Order: sequence, then C-alpha cells, then structure tokens
Amino acid sequence: MTEARVEVKDLEKRYPVQKSVFRSAKDFIHAVDGINFRIDPGESLGLVGESGCGKTTTGRMLVKLLEVTGGEVLLQDSGEVIDISHITDKDDLKRFRSDVQMIFQDPFESMNPRRTVYDTIAEPLTVQRIGTVPDREAKVAELLNLVGLTPAESFMFRFPHELSGGQRQRVAIARALIVDPTFVVADEPTSMLDVSIRISVMDLMLKLADRLNVSYLYITHDLAVARYMCDRIAVMYLGKIVELADTEDLLGHPMHPYTRALLSAVPVPDPSYQRPPVEIKGGISKSINPEPRCRFYDRCPIAREDICGVQDHPPLEEKAPNHWVACYLVDKQPA
Amino acid sequence: MALEQKPPDLEIGPPITGLEGSDDEPIIAITEPLWRIRLRLLWRSFKKNWGLFAENRIGLVGLFVIAIFAVMAIAHPILMATAWGGDNREIYDPVIGYDAVVKEFTVVEEVTDPLSEIELIDARFTNINAQVGDVIEQPQQPASPSSRHLLGTDPLGRDVLSQLMFSTRAAFFLGMVAALVTVFIATTVGSIAAFFRGFVDAFLMRVADLILLMPLIPILIVIGGFWTIELWQLGVIIGILNGFGGVAIVLRSQALAVSVKPFVDAARVAGGSRWHLIFRHVIPNVLPLSFLYMMFGVTEAISLEAILSFFGLLNVEMSWGLMISIAQAEGYLLRGLDVWWLLFPAGLAVTFLAAAFFLVGRAMDEVVNPRLRKR
Repeated sequence: MTEARVEVKDLEKRYPVQKSVFRSAKDFIHAVDGINFRIDPGESLGLVGESGCGKTTTGRMLVKLLEVTGGEVLLQDSGEVIDISHITDKDDLKRFRSDVQMIFQDPFESMNPRRTVYDTIAEPLTVQRIGTVPDREAKVAELLNLVGLTPAESFMFRFPHELSGGQRQRVAIARALIVDPTFVVADEPTSMLDVSIRISVMDLMLKLADRLNVSYLYITHDLAVARYMCDRIAVMYLGKIVELADTEDLLGHPMHPYTRALLSAVPVPDPSYQRPPVEIKGGISKSINPEPRCRFYDRCPIAREDICGVQDHPPLEEKAPNHWVACYLVDKQPA
Repeated sequence: MALEQKPPDLEIGPPITGLEGSDDEPIIAITEPLWRIRLRLLWRSFKKNWGLFAENRIGLVGLFVIAIFAVMAIAHPILMATAWGGDNREIYDPVIGYDAVVKEFTVVEEVTDPLSEIELIDARFTNINAQVGDVIEQPQQPASPSSRHLLGTDPLGRDVLSQLMFSTRAAFFLGMVAALVTVFIATTVGSIAAFFRGFVDAFLMRVADLILLMPLIPILIVIGGFWTIELWQLGVIIGILNGFGGVAIVLRSQALAVSVKPFVDAARVAGGSRWHLIFRHVIPNVLPLSFLYMMFGVTEAISLEAILSFFGLLNVEMSWGLMISIAQAEGYLLRGLDVWWLLFPAGLAVTFLAAAFFLVGRAMDEVVNPRLRKR
C-alpha cells in the first residue's frame, strides 16, 4: 500500500453560535463533524453533497483558508509528513503553500480586476520570491500554453474583463499549477461555466492531473461531473461522510439511502422516462448541536426507531470491498 | 526593485516536458521590459477613463474652472516680475503694497452724490480749514475699480486683483495637502479595519465615530486659540480629522466588500502575507473611491480655510478668507454693493473653486461607479 498524499483524520469544524465577551459559546454549528478520507498520489476524490453539507468548508480547511477546530490533516511532502492543521514553522508554511493549491468556483470573482493575467498567474511565485522576473515570465508563458491560452504573449497582459469565463478558469488553473503543487482542491470549478466549455475545462484538468501527477479533491454537487472527473466519490450529508467508494461502484450500486435518493434525482435525457418517486422526505435538518442519532434519521425511508433513533451516528464501515457506508441497516437492504 | 532579489536556496521548478507545444526553443518572445508594458497598460486605462469622464459636461466645466484658477495662480508671480514688478512693486504687492488713489471732492453741507461730494465734517479730517464749496483732494482707500486697479483696492490701499491671484496658490496648496492626507489616512485605516475585522475594526471605527461627532469648526477655533495655525498645519489637521472620520468609514465599507472577494482568498492560498493582501488586492480596489473623496476633500478644505481666515485664526500672508476678514474688520461688510470689490471677488473665488472640485468629484463618481452612468 502506497503512502497517501493527503490523509484526513477526524476533521472537524465547529462554528460557535452567539458568542459574546462575557459568555462563552454553548451552541455550535457542526459544519464538518469528524470526517476521514485519504487521497493517493495522482488520484482524484470527488466530494458530493447538497448545499450546506460542509463540502466547501472541508476544502477550505485543506488549504488553510479556515482554521481546523479538531482532527488533523496529514500531507505527504517529499517523504515527510506534515500536519497542515498545526503548522507553526514559517518554512513549513511556505512549503505547504507551494504543495497545495486551490481552484475557485467563480472565475469572475477569483481574479483581481486590476491585475493582469501575468500578475495573477505569477502571484504565487512573486509572493514566495521564487525565481527572477524573466524566469517568471517564461514560466507563466509555459503554463498559458499548457492550459491552451495561445499565443501566450497575447494573453499575458490582458485584464480579467477582457477574457471569457472559460478563459478565466484556465487562468485560474494555470495559477494553481505554477508552483508545481502535489495536491489541488477544486471547488466546483466548472459550475459557473457554460455547458459548452465545461467539458474542455474538465478535460484539461484531467490531462494535467495525469501528466503532472497531481491529486485532486474535487468538490461538486453534480454527479455527472464527479463521474467524469473522479476515481472515487465521497458523499457528504450534514458534516458527515455517509458513503465512500470507487466512482462506478458507488454510482452502480449505491448502498446508503441518501446516495440512492441523490442518484434518483439525476436528470435523465429521455422525455418518456418515468421518475421513480424520491424516497426521502422533509428538508435538511439543522446542524446546531445535532441530536445523538443518525444525521439522516428524520428523512430516511428505512430508518428504524429502535436502532437509528437511539444510537449515535453510525460509523463509516466497509460493507463491500472498498465500499464504505455509514448506516446500521444497509446490510439488510438488497444492494 | 525588491521583486528581482533572488534568494539562492529557491529555484524555479524544472520545465514541464512532454507536452503539446513545448518545443525546445523558448515559447515566447517578450522583448519589452515589464515596467514599460505596465506603463502602456496604465496609459490605456487612463485614456478609457478619460473618455468616460469627458462624456460628462459637469466634469469638464469643473476642470475648466480649475484651469482658470490655475492660470491665475501661475500668472501672479509672472506679473510680479514684469508689469507689477520694479517700481510698481510697492503698489501691487498683495501684502505690503500701498496705493491711495487721490480724488477731488467738493465740500457740501449735505451729500447727494457720494462719488464727488464730501461732508464738511469729513473734509476737516483732511484739511482743518476746509469750507463748504471748496474742492479738496482726498486719498481713497478702499478705492473703486479703475484702469490702475482693475478690482480696486482694499481698505489698506492694496490691489485686490493682486491679492486674489496671490491667494489662489494658497488655496490650491491647502486643498492638495488636506486631500492627500485625508486619502492616505482614510484608505489605510479603512482597509486595515475591514481586513482585520474584530477588535481592530471595532476600535478604529469607534475612533472614527468620535471624530465624526466632534464639531470641526469649534475645534479648529480652540486649536487656533492656543497657537497660530500655519496653512500646511491646517491642511494636515483637516486631513487627519477627515481621514480618521467620515471618509474612513465610507472607505472601510468599500474595503469590506473587496476583502471578502474570492481573489483575496486566492492570493492567500498563493501564500501572500496579510500586508500583501491589503496593499496589492484590497487597497487598489478601494483607491478609485479614495480619489473621489479626495476631490470632495479639496472642496471642504477651501471652505474651511475661508472660515478660519475670516475669524483671523490662520497665520497666512494673504488668502480669500483674509480678504473678506479685512473688509469686515474695517466695517465694510454690511455696506453691500457700495464696496462690492471687497467682498465679491474673494467670495466668488471660494465658491467657484470649491464648486469646481465638487463637480469634478461628481463626474469621477460616474467613472468609478458604473451604476451612475447614463447608458
């Protein structure tokens, strides 16, 4: 078994509700509540789930845009393992910043409108003082070619408003890759793009992952995108991972009732198709101090009061080879 | 340039090989140095913004008025060296010049025409032996406009036009100092408050509230009571009070909107320090609004100068406010149109220059804020 590039252990993010100077917070929003996963070198893991389930929070913690409130994130860095949630050393932080990069969702807002494409792409090099100015120019040009913005010199000194959405997202990819990262968090990088250019951006990311041996954490709510991009998929619900398996395994044989409901909601391009009724009921429950029972209990079609209603949230267990599910009852259901 | 310092231990990664388009020859040919490209981009965006600005008439009117005053300010030293120089200097110097126009008056019992007749009791101040019916020569100060003094003279016999032109320089100087200090402080304070939030934000904004609550003119009168304020000191005081007060609050809200944008997060992921984020990402996106408030700041400084000079609290050789102050001190303020040249040139100059900067500010507002544009 090879060393994991990224290993997440019991990662947790809690936000205090109504904190004041005189009273420490009693209530917490459990945005991410003890999740575990690992990503191997060159592998891409998809993180899917509905809005507010904590997938973006997870991604932002992995790049240290948010402070971790519990658990650890281990990053393998040329043979060494660093816990990125507790970096104190400046050199470690610097290495971390060139190992881990992020691609943002909104290509229109993720570039400073007053800086040129060159400034944006070269920013990681500039702030980390890597290379000289001619070096950086050459590197930026190389990456522009790599992401398909050619000829590079005609794109280098344009401003973001002179580019289309797809071109901007290519610039964002170039910026993420300029420091030769080993791990990239991609937060719905194609959700704001036109359908027509989505596929080319996804192809580009796949191609680059393949050639540069980059691992992705690919955050999305679109199962079709996840299927196209990811080797494995983790399904999140209310701060917990409820199912984790290889892409085709998960899509072909979903075990957790939530995953099954998600899959049944995927649009099918057939007008005569009769959609089976979606099994789950109600809306997403609140994540402030959740009750000690299965997170999905209120909405679950197969929940049993004597098991799911009284025991803690089920642990993630390997129910089939490489297929992890967090449910007490799933063994009793036909797969 | 700090960017070009290359620490020895860090190397740029090896070129990525085996990709389409990566032949062995260098991929690009950027021959121009970076600073020249940046200069060209700056020039291009300036031209574009100028186009937007020029579409707006009120901005052009404002610029035109400012240009007239600028010509006046520049013309004064030239005139002092030529037409008003040499022997004429004693007459036309705005501060120490003196020229009493001598005019003949008929001494009468009761004045019907104040321009050619004088009452007996007033005539005896000049000549104790004056009788009704005599014609006496009386020096005039203030004197009404003539070919010698186009805007007349003030109560101390000094040329009003010369004073007016000389004061323009002080007005520009004060406006610039006040505006620059305001913008510098307000942009920094606003951006830092917005970026760090929490305690820093609360502290700076409460200071801003306090300063906003303080009545500016009474404070300046109190300060003026302790020591005589120089012109540049007034500029700095106005700048500090404005910069920590109202303008800081406005710029902070703008900076707040900027600092939650994803590009700031992107720069953070790239490894940028806090100061990099503030100075490279937040402040450049706040600056257009800062420049706008700079224009309004000039307006305010010019008006305040007139007020303080009027109270005689400013240590300044000559200014528009001082011109009105002298007219008031000599009792001409309420004489109205009889002595219009003592009040109107200075008063209108303050009004027009202040208004001109305000108009330019309004036009810039439309450049900065696309929602205000007509199309």
